[in-house]
Amino acid sequence: MSGKPKLYYFNARGRMESIRWLLAAAGVEFEECFLETKDDLTKLRKDGYLLFQQVPMVEIDGMKMVQSRAIGNYIAMKYNLYGKDLKERALIDMYVEAVIDLNELLMTHPFQPADKKEQHFATIVDKATNRYFPVYEKVLKDHGQDFLVGNQFSRADVQLLETLLMAEECKPDILAKFPLLQSFKARISNIPTVKKFLQPGSQRKPPLQEKDVPKLMKIFH
Amino acid sequence: MAGKLKLYYFDGRGKMESIRWLLAAAGVEFEEEFLETREQYEKLLQGGSLLFQQVPMVEIDGMKMVQTRAILSYIAAKYNLYGKDLKERALIDMYVGGTDDFMGFILMFPFLSAEDKEKQRAVIVQKATNRYFPAYEKVLKDRGQDFLVGNNFSWADVHLLEAILMVEEKKSDVLSGFPQLQAFKARISSIPTIKKFLEPGSQRKPVPDDKYVETVRRVLRMYYDIKAN
Repeated sequence: MSGKPKLYYFNARGRMESIRWLLAAAGVEFEECFLETKDDLTKLRKDGYLLFQQVPMVEIDGMKMVQSRAIGNYIAMKYNLYGKDLKERALIDMYVEAVIDLNELLMTHPFQPADKKEQHFATIVDKATNRYFPVYEKVLKDHGQDFLVGNQFSRADVQLLETLLMAEECKPDILAKFPLLQSFKARISNIPTVKKFLQPGSQRKPPLQEKDVPKLMKIFH
Repeated sequence: MAGKLKLYYFDGRGKMESIRWLLAAAGVEFEEEFLETREQYEKLLQGGSLLFQQVPMVEIDGMKMVQTRAILSYIAAKYNLYGKDLKERALIDMYVGGTDDFMGFILMFPFLSAEDKEKQRAVIVQKATNRYFPAYEKVLKDRGQDFLVGNNFSWADVHLLEAILMVEEKKSDVLSGFPQLQAFKARISSIPTIKKFLEPGSQRKPVPDDKYVETVRRVLRMYYDIKAN
């Protein structure tokens, strides 16, 4: 047993990617066990590894943790990415929860039926540019600091960067009207642990390709 | 104004109900402003009160908090319902995550067509009896203690009781294969703050009806065409 956290998931972003980002940002090395077939998932279930029969699952500090929020919370607390007090934690939680909402839209896009895809894309762009990005732009503008909360690098910064990059994959000029988010993106990307994660060869996963969707669906159904 | 705790939502359960439960369990008094018209909602929006243009919103300790999970975590931590250390917190977060996922199946139930409601009712019962209840039954059985985590009353216990009662409204004998959960339900229901919340006249909201659905749709101009998941 290496003592490193071990991630159980598909070889894809999905609900595990935010956890990979967080561990990487914290400079924590981790191993991964990729589920390739339905049998892999069934075995984990049979062995009693999955509290609610679902992945993500992360083996960490003697626990088999499930529920991506729970895992994210634990990592953030353990590695001091969760603010210095209850009020900072409240702000971080608010910002992260909204980012999770936007991520859900981005994540489900490849799974949309063909006749719904265009409308779904329009919804993503609308929500990103009218609901979410303006809020973070304003937060950065109002306090003029490098990080979203408490003038300190936190989970909120990591998860926002992840989402900004995913949104740009969807529409490359999506940050055109948000100068502070653009400089935020550059700044956070330059943090050594983050920079390393953004380089080729890291454990960051690529966007889901259409051709991979059927294989993933098979593991679930 | 110090000490004022105010909830902004519709006069119904939705995503605010778990917050009402947790505040009640902690013995914390709160006021409510019910959204009944589009104008009220637009006024909140224009006043900048809703960070992401959404409710629930809770005025607490000088903040206008949004995002249900953020609000619940804050309340749990503030009122000592979040365990005593990081590991207990991890367990609570896992258990609450499960009940949250499960209650998500019930959340959109009132907005479904009559036909989809019947299908969804079956899904809810199936998830309860095959996925979620067995997990909590096992936790209680293995530990042999009164509460889910650390032998102290926590957010996880409140949330599970809420979920149990909600699914019993869909199928009254759904706990029949789960003796630990039956005992848990009786035990947690008799905690004084919970008992009070379960009595008529409390701020607990009833099962959502057509009036609630109509109000949400009219105020938000959304949720007209919800399909079961």
